[in-house]
Amino acid sequence: MTELDLPRAMIDTLTAAGAWVTVLPIVLALMGGALMLVLRQAGRLSLLVALVVVGAIIACEIALLIRIAEVGPVSMTMGRWLPPFGISLTADLFGAAFALAASVVTFVVLVYAEIDRDTGDRNNNFHALVLLLLAGVTGAFLTGDLFNLYVWFEVMLIASFGLLVTGGSAAQMDGAVKYGFLNFLATTLFLLSLGLLYGLLGTLNMADIMRVAPMANSAAMTGVAALLLLAFGMKAAAFPLNAWLPAAYHTPPAAVSALFAGLLTKVGAYALLRALVAVLPASRDLLEPVLLILAIGTLLTAPLGAIAETNLRRGVGFLLIGGIGSVLAGLALANANGVAGAGLYIFHAMLTMTALYLVVGLVERRTGARDTRQMGGLYAANSGLSILFLVLILAAAGVPPFLGFWPKLILLEAGVEAGGWGAAVVGALVINAVLTLIAGARLWSHIFWRNAPDGTPEQAGQGAAPGYVAVGALTLAIVAAGLWPNPLIEGGQIAAGDILDPARYVSAVGLAEAQP
Amino acid sequence: MDYILAILVGLFIALGVYLLLSRSVIRMLLGMTIFGNGVNLLIFTAGRVTREIAPIVPPGLATPEGPIANPLPQALILTAIVIGFSMFCFLLVLAYRAYQSLDADNTDRMRLAEPPNAPQPPLSY
Repeated sequence: MTELDLPRAMIDTLTAAGAWVTVLPIVLALMGGALMLVLRQAGRLSLLVALVVVGAIIACEIALLIRIAEVGPVSMTMGRWLPPFGISLTADLFGAAFALAASVVTFVVLVYAEIDRDTGDRNNNFHALVLLLLAGVTGAFLTGDLFNLYVWFEVMLIASFGLLVTGGSAAQMDGAVKYGFLNFLATTLFLLSLGLLYGLLGTLNMADIMRVAPMANSAAMTGVAALLLLAFGMKAAAFPLNAWLPAAYHTPPAAVSALFAGLLTKVGAYALLRALVAVLPASRDLLEPVLLILAIGTLLTAPLGAIAETNLRRGVGFLLIGGIGSVLAGLALANANGVAGAGLYIFHAMLTMTALYLVVGLVERRTGARDTRQMGGLYAANSGLSILFLVLILAAAGVPPFLGFWPKLILLEAGVEAGGWGAAVVGALVINAVLTLIAGARLWSHIFWRNAPDGTPEQAGQGAAPGYVAVGALTLAIVAAGLWPNPLIEGGQIAAGDILDPARYVSAVGLAEAQP
Repeated sequence: MDYILAILVGLFIALGVYLLLSRSVIRMLLGMTIFGNGVNLLIFTAGRVTREIAPIVPPGLATPEGPIANPLPQALILTAIVIGFSMFCFLLVLAYRAYQSLDADNTDRMRLAEPPNAPQPPLSY
């Protein structure tokens, strides 16, 4: 009988108390979602409990960030099996920072959504679905295993389906059919590439793949990477796979649109960053021309859509896609500055795009219209709203000193360093900023500056106080981060170092000394 | 055996893609399901097909005697089947609700969220 060497296969020590912060955000969000189902009839108590849960998640994620800043990436493996057999949750600086931004955004949206409480646009399941969506997003940001990432994608997808159709209007059904099919197809393609990857390497643990991928057939690996690019590109709304986003994101209530804008496409962009740049860098190098075309195409086409669009939220949806173009530009350059810029841009876009959608929700509420042709004169009626909108548009376009400027500056530096095709990326980034500014200025002057169209009913917009508080606080945070970007930039550079040189990541999972 | 399964996977995925290209939502849904099953079969094949050796450790032993079938792809497929089935159920109900609301099973006629023939940009501002 073979003697079993348990310590070589199993984890036989207790997890240190401090290490639990890696898994706690996900556990809290899932348990919170279950609790919200119990409290679905509880009215305001339900909101209060949801805010406490998200607050606790934020606290855990801050603790996680501090821990990562001290010791580098941290990892925790489930089910007592040692990695690569147990499923690892591995958080590095980017993952933890995005998870933190996701829960902050969720907190703000939960407060904001109070203004929709009595409009019949939502039902009692709203808080449960929001927390389940947060669980999926947080899991996707913190996981260290590709199959686990697939599962979190599906958790996120089913929660977003529920949020998207709540309200049940015909336009929502129309948008949900397109959103549902294309996103389900994207996750199925992701699963397809996982099957091939497992057949090639026999492992799905990200750190383990980093070790063994260089020894596999590089043509086959690049095929898998191309499938991953297709799947995550659909998720992230990269050109030309982005038609579902402006078809669906404007149909649900504004709070839900804002949540989607802040969380869903960013998870796709993060998955691209993780899978292509960190896990399969050799295949990314071979796919670089494709990434360049995707990045430049997204950067140039998206703001043109925003300029042409008269439906306000559809227009903002195109601006959201333009931001994804900046992230793709960073992935296509993939030097230290490119990765840092892409990561910082994801962080910035999570906050800014959510705030922009929330402001748009307030504008729609105030004017009672969804189309800019029926808007006007709002500056006289509500100048505070016009300032919020302008600040967020400037932040999205990347005008200094607002938050969007710093990642774009780093991306421009990366393009100049890269030379060759980098020059085209630099040009596309600059043109994107100008076009975004034109689109934003056009929206601003039409909504706020020109005279109100004749026969505009006087909208009181009562009871929107929680909305103004939520958006105001988030916008203040964005402005403060833009004026004091040093911690973000330094953190981004450290995180980019960990993405490009995975030694610390692999040793955190505990696979450094094992021979492949 | 692997080759037969590989051809079957190709057939499933080709049929799924063909149905997904249709304009009818119900056909797209069937295509999605067949595509998903093709992917499940692909994971099964990629995990190396082994005949009739169950991955069970005999009592009293710590490791199995000799080679066994790989249990991991089966766990992966089981997860994927459950997820795929729940998505199928949701999309089926959604298709029915969309049919009720929009009176259309044809995606060409689902233009409520994106109105066709909108005026050209500078004139429409």
